[in-house]
Amino acid sequence: MLTDRDRIFTNLYGRQDAGLKGALRRGAWDETKFLLEKGKDWIITEMKASGLRGRGGAGFPTGLKWSFMPKPQEGRPHYLVVNADESEPGTCKDREIMRNDPHLLIEGCLIASFAMEANACYIYVRGEYVREREALERAVAEAYEENLIGPDNKHGYPFDLYVHHGAGAYICGEETALLESLEGKKGMPRLKPPFPANMGLYGCPTTVNNVESIAVAGTILRRGGSWFAGLGKPNNTGTKLFSISGHVEKPCNVEEEMGISFRELVERHCGGIRGGWDNLYAVIPGGSSVPVLPEHQCQDLSMDFDTLKNLKTGLGTAAVIVMDKSTDIVRAIARISYFYKHESCGQCTPCREGTGWMWRVLDRMAHGRAEKREIDMLLEVTTQIEGHTICALGDAAAWPVQGLIRHFRHEIEKRIDDYAANPTPPDYAIAAE
Amino acid sequence: MTKIIVDGAEVDVPAEYTILQACEAAGAEIPRFCFHERLSIAGNCRMCLVEVKGGPPKPVASCAMGVRDLRPGPNGEPPVVMTRSPMVRRAREGVMEFLLINHPLDCPICDQGGECDLQDQAMAYGVSGTRFFENKRAVEDKYIGPLVKTTMTRCIHCTRCVRFVAEVAGAPEIGAIGRGEDMEITTYLESAMSSELQGNVIDLCPVGALTSKPYAFKARPWELSKTESIDVMDALGSAIRVDARGREVMRILPRVNEDVNEEWISDKTRFVWDGLRAQRLDRPYVRENGRLRAASWGEALTLVATRIKTADKTRVGAIVGDLAAVEEMFALKDLLARLGVTNVDARQDGSALDPALGRASYLFNATIAGIDEADAILLIGTNPRLEAPVLNARIRKRWRRGSLRVGLVGERADLTYGAEHIGAGADSLTELVEGKHSFAKALDGAAKPLIIVGAGALARSDGAAVLAAAAKLAAGPGVADGWNGLSVLHSAASRVGALDLGLVPGQGGLTAREMAEAGALDVALLLGADEIDVAPGAFVVYVGAHGDRGAHRADVVLPGAAYVEKTGLYVNTEGRVQLANRATFPPGEGREDWAILRALSEQVGVTLPYDTLAQLRAALFQAYPHMAAVGEIAAGDPADLGRLGAGAGSLSSDAFRNAVTDFYLTNPIARASAIMAEMSALRRGALAEAAE
Repeated sequence: MLTDRDRIFTNLYGRQDAGLKGALRRGAWDETKFLLEKGKDWIITEMKASGLRGRGGAGFPTGLKWSFMPKPQEGRPHYLVVNADESEPGTCKDREIMRNDPHLLIEGCLIASFAMEANACYIYVRGEYVREREALERAVAEAYEENLIGPDNKHGYPFDLYVHHGAGAYICGEETALLESLEGKKGMPRLKPPFPANMGLYGCPTTVNNVESIAVAGTILRRGGSWFAGLGKPNNTGTKLFSISGHVEKPCNVEEEMGISFRELVERHCGGIRGGWDNLYAVIPGGSSVPVLPEHQCQDLSMDFDTLKNLKTGLGTAAVIVMDKSTDIVRAIARISYFYKHESCGQCTPCREGTGWMWRVLDRMAHGRAEKREIDMLLEVTTQIEGHTICALGDAAAWPVQGLIRHFRHEIEKRIDDYAANPTPPDYAIAAE
Repeated sequence: MTKIIVDGAEVDVPAEYTILQACEAAGAEIPRFCFHERLSIAGNCRMCLVEVKGGPPKPVASCAMGVRDLRPGPNGEPPVVMTRSPMVRRAREGVMEFLLINHPLDCPICDQGGECDLQDQAMAYGVSGTRFFENKRAVEDKYIGPLVKTTMTRCIHCTRCVRFVAEVAGAPEIGAIGRGEDMEITTYLESAMSSELQGNVIDLCPVGALTSKPYAFKARPWELSKTESIDVMDALGSAIRVDARGREVMRILPRVNEDVNEEWISDKTRFVWDGLRAQRLDRPYVRENGRLRAASWGEALTLVATRIKTADKTRVGAIVGDLAAVEEMFALKDLLARLGVTNVDARQDGSALDPALGRASYLFNATIAGIDEADAILLIGTNPRLEAPVLNARIRKRWRRGSLRVGLVGERADLTYGAEHIGAGADSLTELVEGKHSFAKALDGAAKPLIIVGAGALARSDGAAVLAAAAKLAAGPGVADGWNGLSVLHSAASRVGALDLGLVPGQGGLTAREMAEAGALDVALLLGADEIDVAPGAFVVYVGAHGDRGAHRADVVLPGAAYVEKTGLYVNTEGRVQLANRATFPPGEGREDWAILRALSEQVGVTLPYDTLAQLRAALFQAYPHMAAVGEIAAGDPADLGRLGAGAGSLSSDAFRNAVTDFYLTNPIARASAIMAEMSALRRGALAEAAE
């Protein structure tokens, strides 16, 4: 249970002033110059010591990522790109940061850019986030006005920040597709290697970080990496924004310690499961792309990267989607499958062709219009997509289906049996009349 | 060099190789759809997946990953790549299945059938049977011009066509819209493509999505006899394969020749074959009462012989056309020499090129492959995009590599690369020679300056002076040893061969233009010469394959053979001797042109001493030994260039005019082609629209 004094996002709910004045009162931009004066090596060491793992879903250690940037060369500027293309269904944490605590993000951008010797930073905001972009742009303007950032700013490190508005494609949240989009091209993922740290934006060394990873940097450095490392569990340290949605009494965003138990998270912040704990059916613990967990695995679940990984799912963006027994789980996953079919960029074969195939089969299964042997075939198709694509969207499309078949096979089989027993259910019969 | 183990065998490959290249070096076959050697890497088909030890536990796309990106083993062993492991087999089967689920599998009615990459690789790497029982995707066909037929449902989205038009052709008119399974390849507004190289997307397309529209449903690849030959539509001599069924040429495809056309050919080269069937001269004709009537060979030849025998030899002349092979030109020269006729010329356009100035004065000395090395290019009075589209693509390829300035003196044009327009007339050339223009510095500083002189720039009264100025520019101070940048871009396939043979007026002889004037000749022999109008008065004998301008003017027509109907040597603009092979026979009573001249020689009483093509070639090789070295270039002597300046006269200030204005209608075969006519009309329409 996180105490109030350990919270980083103290204005998560927008109850206070989101502007610069309010942010200063809450501690943003405090001694930033002093932090920069400690040098980039100190910053990276401290970030590594904090054990912060990237908050965008993959959980790659942020400090390590920063240290991958090559030495600056003549004519090859470095760039920091902040991924604010938060499109994963269920996830809405970055939205609140941009709305209510944008100065933490801007300060983080300055610090991270300094640590990676980048003089320019781009924030790529999701197309649908119009108000969020406006809030962010307001904050950036304030920071420029107060000379906190800019070519000749108070902190003595020339730094420019640009907010770029996307056009609403999920795939542009993939880091290389984001870079393509930022360059003005079609948002299609690039082949790796070369990795962005070598050949990123405009062919220059680039680091792409999630909004939350960058926004926590200032506070971590102010309070010390060891403070952050002291929270949570080993290898899963610090605080994390959880976005809990679905069948809980009060869906919310909340900053909590990593490794908090699912039960505590829901009980304390969401008012419990709708209809009580006995009514819990399934949980998607990290946004729509991670496999679903059945109720019995969730009762004593610790919400951290490693525990969830061992359960063959993932913490992802910590967007917890709770489903009670009223849920038609097959239809739910079929809908997620449709989302990935809709958002596949079409570049590489397995994802382009496979996502549509999976959705069509699942859509039939949701009605029961399928055969049981197709369940195994569907599972096989997901493994043919997974790992064979250019980017991780193929994996993201395959995992929810795998999770469904792993834990709810009986549900699909029941659906098929029901349909076979009564191929014209009442609603069909009515429609036919 | 880097060591790498492929399927257990260690190979040593250059570090910049991709895994795919390394695997091929090791003899392992890697299937692929999107990868193409001459296009950028897309890595999207996922067919070339291989297993790499030590990496993540998933297959990697071998076309996109470099050997240097592989991690060595824990003790420094070379990285291990497996192309036949169960993981790889499974991955290939998976990708193949995904490619096929939405592919219509309409091979029986698909023109690509029998030469389809998808078909072949499905047989080799796929599984039989399907597990996909949903509805297949259907995509609307797009209109992308009269040359390329689309069946977009078959498209597997490899984006080769998109990359080709953007990178090689330089006319980025094809792209993909939509995403996911709704992605479609289109020209956006469904307008015709404007590139002169668009036909190449047919070859690039690994499936039957883009096929040849004129060839649609005409033949199956296994029915065709395939003949390797040389193209004559421009002076490049692109390597082609002529596919014929029976006596009909069904299509023309490119062959790989790295030194000339790499593997591209222009649309005129590819689609001109319908012109080989139309307007053909299939029997001799004699003009009677103002009309041509069919005649027998004997009658026609006797008539011609009588006319020649009775005429004053100073009033007999011969003009050689643009498509003539070396053999018939040699026979013609021999015949005229025996008759004592000095009026002969192959320069219908009035070009100032003179073989007396040495071979280096009329060759593309830098060679086509040399374009890749050039570090400054000046185009004089030429639009290579129309005169030699494949060569233009080569310049674009060099330009895309960067640090190349291209200057253009002459008509403004969209050349698909950035060319600085220096001026329209020869004044600008003078400025360059005198070093007054900023581009002169680029030429002076270049180690390998390339000066391309178009045929149009030489076919002027001051042509010799233009050539002299070009020679001066090519001989800048920084020029590297062994580099001769003066390059004449001919527009006629026969021209270099004719100049090699010395088919220019002899002592007191008349040039082509002088011969064409009224009252100049009594008997004019046109060897396929269609680009010149002989004034009324002369008795005109036309030897050729098509009923074009020459035949319309003729008093006697002797039917010859088109370039696919005879074996013949052609010398391309670089001076490379190449052999065109016979794919079919001339229609009707048509004969090979050299044989016609041989028969005529007997009638006029100066029998040529060869009865077969082999004997003719023997005589030719004896007289011109370099003609025997097929595929080789006998380089011109750079010292010749020094002589060019002397006595060249002065430059006029007239604007340069290009040799080719309508790309699609430059020779009798193209003018007989309905496809070329349609393309020409389409282009004129597009130009008119652009002008509005």
